[in-house]
Amino acid sequence: MEKEQLDHFLHLNRRSFLAKTAIGIGSLALGSLLDACERGETEAVNALLPHFAPKAKRVIYLFQSGAPSQLELFDWKPKLREMHGQELPASVRQGQRLTGMTANQTNFPLIGSKIDFKQYGSNGAWVSDLMPHTAKIVDELCIIQTMHTEAINHDPAVTFFQTGNQQPGRPAIGSWMSYGLGSENSNLPAFIVLLSRGQGNIQPLASRVWGSAFLPSIHQGVQLRGGADPVLYLKDPAGLDSLSRRQMLDEIAHLNQKHLEAFGDPETGTRIAQYELSYRMQTAVPELMDISREPDQSFRMYGADAMVPGTFAANCLLARRLSERGVRFVQLYHMGWDAHTDVTGMTSRLAKDVDQASAALITDLKQRGMLEDTLVIWGGEFGRTNYGQGKITDNYGRDHHPRCFTIWMAGGGVKPGMVYGKTDEFGYNIEENPVHVHDFQATLMHLMGIDHERFTYLYQGRRFRLTDISGKVVQDIIS
Amino acid sequence: MLRNFSHKIWIIAAAVLSSLALTAYFTQKTHTSEQELPETVDYNFHIRPLLSDRCFACHGPDEKKRQAGLRLDTPEGAFAALGDKKDHFAIVPGHPEQSTLVQRIHAADPEERMPPAATHLNLTEYEKALLQRWIEQGAVYAPHWAFTPPVKAPLPKVRRNNWARNELDVFLLAKMEEKGLKPAPEAEKNRLLRRLCFDITGLPPTPQQMQQFLQDTRPDAYERMVDTLLASPAYGERMTMNWLDLARYSDTHGYQDDLPRIMWPWRDWVIQAFNTNMPYDQFVSWQLAGDLLPNATKAQILATGFNRNHKITQEGGVIDEEYRVEYVADRTNTFGKAFLGLTVECARCHDHKYDPIPTRDYYALSAFFNNVPEKGFVPNLQTPEPWMAITSADLGADLPFLNAQEAFKTPKDTLRLMVMAEQKGHGPRPTFILRRGQYDQHGDSVQASAPRAILPWDANLPANRLGLSQWLFDPKHPLTARVTVNRIWQEIFGRGIVATPDNFGMQGALPTHPELLDWLACDLQEHHWDLKRLIRQMVTSAAYRQSAEISADQLEKDPENKWLARGASYRWPYEFIRDQVLATSGLLIPQIGGPSVKPYQPPGLWEEISTEKTANAFRGEFSYVPDTSAAKMYRRSIYTYNKRTIPPPGHLIFDAPMRDLCTLTRTRTSTPLQALVLLNDRQVLEAARALAQFYLKNTPADQKETAISAAFERIVCRKPQSGEQKSLTAFYRQQEQHYRDQPSAARELLQQSGPYPIDTTLNPAETCALMLSIQILYNLDEVLSKT
Repeated sequence: MEKEQLDHFLHLNRRSFLAKTAIGIGSLALGSLLDACERGETEAVNALLPHFAPKAKRVIYLFQSGAPSQLELFDWKPKLREMHGQELPASVRQGQRLTGMTANQTNFPLIGSKIDFKQYGSNGAWVSDLMPHTAKIVDELCIIQTMHTEAINHDPAVTFFQTGNQQPGRPAIGSWMSYGLGSENSNLPAFIVLLSRGQGNIQPLASRVWGSAFLPSIHQGVQLRGGADPVLYLKDPAGLDSLSRRQMLDEIAHLNQKHLEAFGDPETGTRIAQYELSYRMQTAVPELMDISREPDQSFRMYGADAMVPGTFAANCLLARRLSERGVRFVQLYHMGWDAHTDVTGMTSRLAKDVDQASAALITDLKQRGMLEDTLVIWGGEFGRTNYGQGKITDNYGRDHHPRCFTIWMAGGGVKPGMVYGKTDEFGYNIEENPVHVHDFQATLMHLMGIDHERFTYLYQGRRFRLTDISGKVVQDIIS
Repeated sequence: MLRNFSHKIWIIAAAVLSSLALTAYFTQKTHTSEQELPETVDYNFHIRPLLSDRCFACHGPDEKKRQAGLRLDTPEGAFAALGDKKDHFAIVPGHPEQSTLVQRIHAADPEERMPPAATHLNLTEYEKALLQRWIEQGAVYAPHWAFTPPVKAPLPKVRRNNWARNELDVFLLAKMEEKGLKPAPEAEKNRLLRRLCFDITGLPPTPQQMQQFLQDTRPDAYERMVDTLLASPAYGERMTMNWLDLARYSDTHGYQDDLPRIMWPWRDWVIQAFNTNMPYDQFVSWQLAGDLLPNATKAQILATGFNRNHKITQEGGVIDEEYRVEYVADRTNTFGKAFLGLTVECARCHDHKYDPIPTRDYYALSAFFNNVPEKGFVPNLQTPEPWMAITSADLGADLPFLNAQEAFKTPKDTLRLMVMAEQKGHGPRPTFILRRGQYDQHGDSVQASAPRAILPWDANLPANRLGLSQWLFDPKHPLTARVTVNRIWQEIFGRGIVATPDNFGMQGALPTHPELLDWLACDLQEHHWDLKRLIRQMVTSAAYRQSAEISADQLEKDPENKWLARGASYRWPYEFIRDQVLATSGLLIPQIGGPSVKPYQPPGLWEEISTEKTANAFRGEFSYVPDTSAAKMYRRSIYTYNKRTIPPPGHLIFDAPMRDLCTLTRTRTSTPLQALVLLNDRQVLEAARALAQFYLKNTPADQKETAISAAFERIVCRKPQSGEQKSLTAFYRQQEQHYRDQPSAARELLQQSGPYPIDTTLNPAETCALMLSIQILYNLDEVLSKT
């Protein structure tokens, strides 16, 4: 079916969009506008998204699952080397609650990083030797050293970062963006998820962290998987060629059309349109996944791993291709950073997985002129303690630390070449400019042109927000 | 259009300069809005929803957040002098010109105007006019409709006196006539049967049922069929589907590694309770407090698994008390949502902003659920305490409904199942108000009690869950019966009389048919909470039996079908869709109950997000290992294994909840991913092939059209029209030719379509062609929907 005809169907079925939230994938802002409209005039405010001119049109979020050690990567604390093996002063710890893993520990011996740090870029940002590629692009990054969170364990902390609440039941950031802003590409979902695994201590994820919760399921993150069937059920069975598929779809459309004429339910028209969209997706996704025509330069930049489907590097390259095609929110997860033991070895291995490709993504976006309106985020769910877990051996690890940790952001209206916030010399507490998870979310939305306090969804009588009841935009990091 | 509309509002607002001009302004109401103001403004229907939504957050029940000492949720508060100003009043009944509220909502100065701009809660001109008129008419407050006990109103008068089949119809017809709508004619018999079978059993009619019903010319043929279906065991399975959402049932613990749990015997208890038509009050009381009944039986204790279906963490390092408190909250919130239809959880951190539930009442309610001898953190592989053992010895006596062939391989096997128990020894665990809901921020201690504003707690009741269930089913309780009939109404008509079954509070939807809701609520109680009777009343109504065809006029007047002047029409839930595919293809194994099963799902999904087990730690199920025996692959979808952190993909794509929380309503979307499931899921392909093989084997070689029309009748439940028959036959011939020319493609396609044996005596090209034709049928909107 041609575009005109599809548009005709979509037009025909406005009413049913209204009544039943039947929204085409990537239906631009149309979906959210009509959906909001149904909820009455009070919700019309959502229909006016974006609230102001956005600086970023899309997001690529490189989530480092398991919590990377800021003390081995971005937050250089020579004091810890000096005091290696000495007890963390109680005046610093201030009775911060501990995880069950170190709660019974009687000593909290400080441990210095074995990794050296050097200063890079025009602002002299400290970056460890584990991140040589990232070090070269620090002038593009805004490194936030003072993130802090409320959760001290993985499941609630990842859920908090992605949904604004530690307990399940709220939509993911990407779902909010899909709901509010839709997609710029009508053949691809607005919210896409890519997973990869490193050689580390892997903590599981739950698909709810890309779930739409109370938002309509069209806003669920759609997982794009390495291998033959990148989107579930996308591939036609072997033995069914595209002509037969087309003939099938035509026959389905023909019979559905008769039913629509007989019964007059606009929902039937919506169904016809959705079958056409699924057919277009079947073309759009393989085209997207086909990296055979990427120039050699891409693989030199992202690394040889980028040719291996399912690696972090391959996912970074795909993220760029998705952003090029207008996908609103691309969410990567790289799993394995949970270094309760061997923080040096594990962090080294994981850094090797992600350093080159993360830096390449920034460079690549910049070269293509996309960095200015693409927001890239790199970081995990919390940080790691400045004291060792268990006895200090060569193989020491670090426990979970929610009070300060580092993430970086780049592009999309964020100030480049900036190190924001300051932690104390122990790397334990924040000295200036704390950034709470809700502040981070508020800032992300602000960059996307959304006022986080006005962007709400009425569910069970309450207006829910991604930032729950708090969150301040970090104006200092916005260019 | 929206932009224009807001623009217009802005101009009007700017035009209203001072409160002095107000009276004159409102007499010319035609200028204020395209909507007509009601003759008599009703507090419950017009005013409270407004005040609640725009004002109560700052001027409502939450004392701590109350601004300027003004509360508008009670007449005393609204009519009292404002602060120090003895001569200023928010509302002066009958005198809008003296009412500060009216001045403030119209104030031109944004600093003065209410609601404040920062709240983003604007009032439209129409809404301002409504408030104005309500005050003019005396500002009469009324108790919230849902908090006063229902009474059976006399049946309304209707003009069309030959249409109604029962009392329900009279109420519905009165509304239709009020709205200028006419009921639709009765649906064709075959459509009616299909609708009925799905609604009562979750399955399509069998060919025998269809034939029998079409030939049955007795006047009560339909009612007889209703009774047959209500008596079939599939009824219990169908009712259980929604109960599993409500009870957040799952086969895993739900956090982090998401280890398996055994709760299916509880699920099977639910099925048999529905099938034996256990009175609803008993059904719920057992689930809430079966363990506290005198000489509780194993079945009564098993029922309390309801309260333990919440998620339980096994993540190393968590703080035990933080999660134990979370479980108490989950049980409390589920009780509130499922049985009271209230969002009590809002009062966990502060007094409820809209409903009269102070934080103190929330924690008093939670005290009933706070006395379980349980842990927040449960190590891997342990069954969380408290649990009950089920052995094969129990099957004969106490739990005869358990189909336990699979569970008990040897007579010594024991199932350990989470149930409720009360902490013994040092009396009940003290319950504290938790400041901001934080587990370690203890405030005052509270005694177990129910929310006062709903129905005061009778001091004679035992202060435990058993007492709570007696409170819930007190004949004076305003909510329980209403919430129940409304939820069942939603299951039969697709939309509740109250469109928010989980919220009967101030922010919830108003009933479209309040008198009908109350009539049903009273009637249900008068008839001993008999659910089968209630459903029978609904499906034997003339309203239910209407055709679902929509005229242009109807679509214009009632796009959402709120007034039910036509049959309800909507997409079926995923379970119905998949079960239909299995049933019509003949693959369905109708066994009831037993451990959950793992039908086919695309490989690799679990591995991608799970952690592999290591030498020293069991990390849960890493891989999804699909079942391979027909006895498990082809079971009804309520038996599909649900791993909470990665539920079966088809379920999610078709809007089934993740079972993290109590859910009463599923959204209904239509998406391209749904099309892909039905086009490419191996299960659908396999069913289409199985049915194709069946027909090809039983159809003479020269009569392939018969096979197509037979499949059509089986799946669509009607004979194809000649146009449909013609185009499907053409499609069939086209594909048959194609696969004759491409024998290797035919072989490939047959092999792609599941493990069901390929009938090698048949021509592969014919099998492929008929299989694809049948798959088309499985993708038709008419087949996926109630019509």
